[in-house]
Amino acid sequence: MSKAVIAALLERFPDAVTDAYEGVGGDDCAFVAKERIVEVCRHLREVERFDLAPYITAVDYLGMEPRFEVVYNLVSIPRSARVRLRVKVPEGDGCSVPSVTGVWRGADWFERYCYDMYGIRFSGHPDLRRLFMYDEFVGHPLRKDYPLRGRQPLVPERQVDENLRGPGPATRD
Amino acid sequence: MTAPAHSPPAPSAQENDAPLPVKRMVVNLGPSHPAMHGVTRAVVELEGETIRAMKLDIGFLHRGFEKSCETVTWGQCFPYTDRLNYVSSIMNNVGFALAVEKLCRLEVPERARYLRVVTSELHRICDHLTLVGAMAMELGAGTVFFFAIEGRDLIWDRLTELCGARLTSNYARIGGVSRDLPEGWADKTLRTLDRVAELCEEIHGLLTRNRIFLDRTRGTGRVPRQDAIELGFTGPCLRASGEAYDVRKAFPYLVYDRLDFDIPVGANGDNFDRYLMRMEEMRQSDRIVRQCFQQMQPGEIIVQDFRYALPPKPLVYGTIEGVMAHFKLVMEGIKVPAGEAYSYTEAANGELGFYLVSDGGGRPYKLGLRAPGWPMLAALPFMTKDALLADLIPTFDSINMIGGEVEQ
Repeated sequence: MSKAVIAALLERFPDAVTDAYEGVGGDDCAFVAKERIVEVCRHLREVERFDLAPYITAVDYLGMEPRFEVVYNLVSIPRSARVRLRVKVPEGDGCSVPSVTGVWRGADWFERYCYDMYGIRFSGHPDLRRLFMYDEFVGHPLRKDYPLRGRQPLVPERQVDENLRGPGPATRD
Repeated sequence: MTAPAHSPPAPSAQENDAPLPVKRMVVNLGPSHPAMHGVTRAVVELEGETIRAMKLDIGFLHRGFEKSCETVTWGQCFPYTDRLNYVSSIMNNVGFALAVEKLCRLEVPERARYLRVVTSELHRICDHLTLVGAMAMELGAGTVFFFAIEGRDLIWDRLTELCGARLTSNYARIGGVSRDLPEGWADKTLRTLDRVAELCEEIHGLLTRNRIFLDRTRGTGRVPRQDAIELGFTGPCLRASGEAYDVRKAFPYLVYDRLDFDIPVGANGDNFDRYLMRMEEMRQSDRIVRQCFQQMQPGEIIVQDFRYALPPKPLVYGTIEGVMAHFKLVMEGIKVPAGEAYSYTEAANGELGFYLVSDGGGRPYKLGLRAPGWPMLAALPFMTKDALLADLIPTFDSINMIGGEVEQ
């Protein structure tokens, strides 16, 4: 089933989808060019009915070029099929990938996680902030060059935002 | 004929109300709040009692699960997976073991597969009992909580007899499971399940037609089917919205294709449907466990390949090959072939996925965890928009956010 999907993708996007292969356990995978990922995903969702994006993550292949990879695991519920798309992301050049939040709203936190842990930026993401770490955290913990017991600088006390605290007594009616 | 535009509007019931100026107010719910399971901070913007906007601040329980796993051997990851969803730890063990076995192309003995299903389904009941109990308690029905916790602890007692720990079971191994069933355990478990079914009936009687419970849960936290799919829901929350998707049926693993069970599907996707899903799934898990006990045959519980499984102790103490295999496995870890794989199982809250990358060494190069509760928690602002602040509590309960797995 998913073989047909990959074959259709290769035919439809000959210059964007490359190196299709069958992974361990019969998973169907392909590499997608970084700039075309949104287009390919939208096609998968609207034409091939891949309506669910259960997991998007990233890998740091330190020492290889390009260094990062973003992995999209997609499911089609009506067709009971799965595919995996991999996008290579070079470290320089802003280290950024187009965001697929416009295709699947659920991709929001997965992309924030990748940004938090690997420092990959997702252009077009509506709210790209760190997910688990605090804003002042220096570096990205899941990068291979981040030490296991890395120490962080002491963070100065943060000003409490007015909109977090609510109106104080001075402005109360 | 239409009324002229300048005619006075019809008097409404609200006209007699005193005009109260409504001002937006920001309330911090959590990080330590009794209704926030674990530590989650919700910054809620209120207009009167209505939630206009909400922001979630998570990560207080982040302990670097993925980073920790990248520095230990494959086998040493199991205790870390116990602590993801600590209410149903065996499901995490099994999910991780299946992922590594997929990468190793390893066939697990049949009895081990049945044992994995039995323990997973028992833990599914625990998870759902916890949710139902906590949800009822937070809506004021304390009795239900005690019924649910009694049932959960009975099952945990059985699992303690099996693997020696109530919560951090550490039961699965790469290639099988760690222990076979103790003498007479199956009968004892069946009696336990009878008692749990009785307790579920009590809970059912107390909640399902309870006016207060219905008013608090019906129509609140509603997620239509299309939104649930777009938001990436899986598990009971997706099924409550009307999409019959279950990994156990869609992509069967272990022995689920040989078992007869049903997938309950909801209609409205509200909190009440999510509660009903859990109640029905507990019945189905009960059925699965009983069938497994009937189908199970005696046999090996772990692969007899010493590249993957520890040799039995007499071999370790008596033969040089045994010592060598033991030493290599403990010191260097299992040599998982280089490659990458994504493995998925149906955990209590949805799809539990592990994305593994191996460089051929004894340690994971990358271990990515797809926590089941993640998209549901991310969708909480959507689910509670323009709802009452009081509706946030049952909604937060019914998605069953477990800090251990979501915040890794």
